[in-house]
Amino acid sequence: MSGSSNIVAMKKIVQQLRFEANINRVKVSQAAAELQQFCIQNALQDPLLTGVSSSTNPFRTQKVCSFL
Amino acid sequence: MSELEQLRQEAEQLRNQIRDARKACNDSSLSQITAGLDSVGRIQMRTRRTLRGHLAKIYAMQWATDSRLLVSASQDGKLIIWDSYSTNKIHAIPLRSSWVMTCAYAPSGSYAACGGLDNICSIYSLKTREGNVRVTRELSGHTGYLSCCRFLDDSQIVTSSGDTTCALWDIETGQQTTTFTGHTGDVMSLSLSPDSRTFVSGACDASSKLWDIRDGMCRQSFTGHVSDINAVIFFPNGNAFTTGSDDATCRLFDLRADQELMMYSHDNINCGITSVAFSKSGRLLLAGYDDFNCNVWDTLKGERAGVLAGHDNRVSCLGISSDGMALATGSWDSFLRIWN
Repeated sequence: MSGSSNIVAMKKIVQQLRFEANINRVKVSQAAAELQQFCIQNALQDPLLTGVSSSTNPFRTQKVCSFL
Repeated sequence: MSELEQLRQEAEQLRNQIRDARKACNDSSLSQITAGLDSVGRIQMRTRRTLRGHLAKIYAMQWATDSRLLVSASQDGKLIIWDSYSTNKIHAIPLRSSWVMTCAYAPSGSYAACGGLDNICSIYSLKTREGNVRVTRELSGHTGYLSCCRFLDDSQIVTSSGDTTCALWDIETGQQTTTFTGHTGDVMSLSLSPDSRTFVSGACDASSKLWDIRDGMCRQSFTGHVSDINAVIFFPNGNAFTTGSDDATCRLFDLRADQELMMYSHDNINCGITSVAFSKSGRLLLAGYDDFNCNVWDTLKGERAGVLAGHDNRVSCLGISSDGMALATGSWDSFLRIWN
């Protein structure tokens, strides 16, 4: 009967909301600071951020080989 | 009061409780915290390779873990494995169904997967003894289209579907080990956490959810977008993720603060986002748009740092190689471009 299935569905929704409501949360100031810290610490290892020099770029323009 | 009415009230109270708890943690903003940080300046990238070969719209791509090979899927009915360095095609795999919407590369490099309007996730062995590529499993069970799939390893894959569920599959047995239910709209995209213990999903109900892979539970739900979410990607440290939506914005959600930290939008941008990716440090957010462009955003400051123009149709998919060296974009114009 649709009445009881609505109740079953609502009970699941309530149970899920209870679960989500009970998690521990961290302050935005702390979470944001940690994201910033991660970016800063890894900046030098980020080729798209620092730019790729042609000597280390596996995608540098394909040159024709020549025999010397 | 009927039991149903009581439950409705309880749900409302719990939603308010969550809203209040989030507000209580909202003591600052990402913009404020990063106010003193130097801007990334102008980010310019060039197309280094153009991968030509598909005959119709490209819908999906994923880099192999070697940062050199990649797989792309097109509605020309082919899965192509490319060597991005040389632009050579390693494999051109004809699909049983041409209505493909997603593809994936196993971390080992031994398998690829794809699926779409056939509702099936097909697994292809790339390294058979005979040297050819063949279907080794067809994972059926979803009652809606396959929108996204990602390998955990050679024996497990996570899928998302238009039937509003996600699933973890045992590839060997072909069975769903776990079903993830909760979304009320088509699930469009998923992203595995760096430690593979959780994944995030984005759906047409404008919400994104964090799931525990082992126990199937939804741990957190995030709202904010006002239209379909088309793409999700984890921030490299696993503590945050970004979504891209038809509402023309990308948003950064932090898992520990349990809320949205930044929105990436501009008055000039009025079209949907199809795909998102982070650079290796997370500082750059790359997003593909319906207006044929890819925008580069400063994740921390929320400013646009660059635009990658070059495709002649919608950018439908993109990804950054695991060594962080290159961005690949795939388009409805049938080409893939490699940028750095």
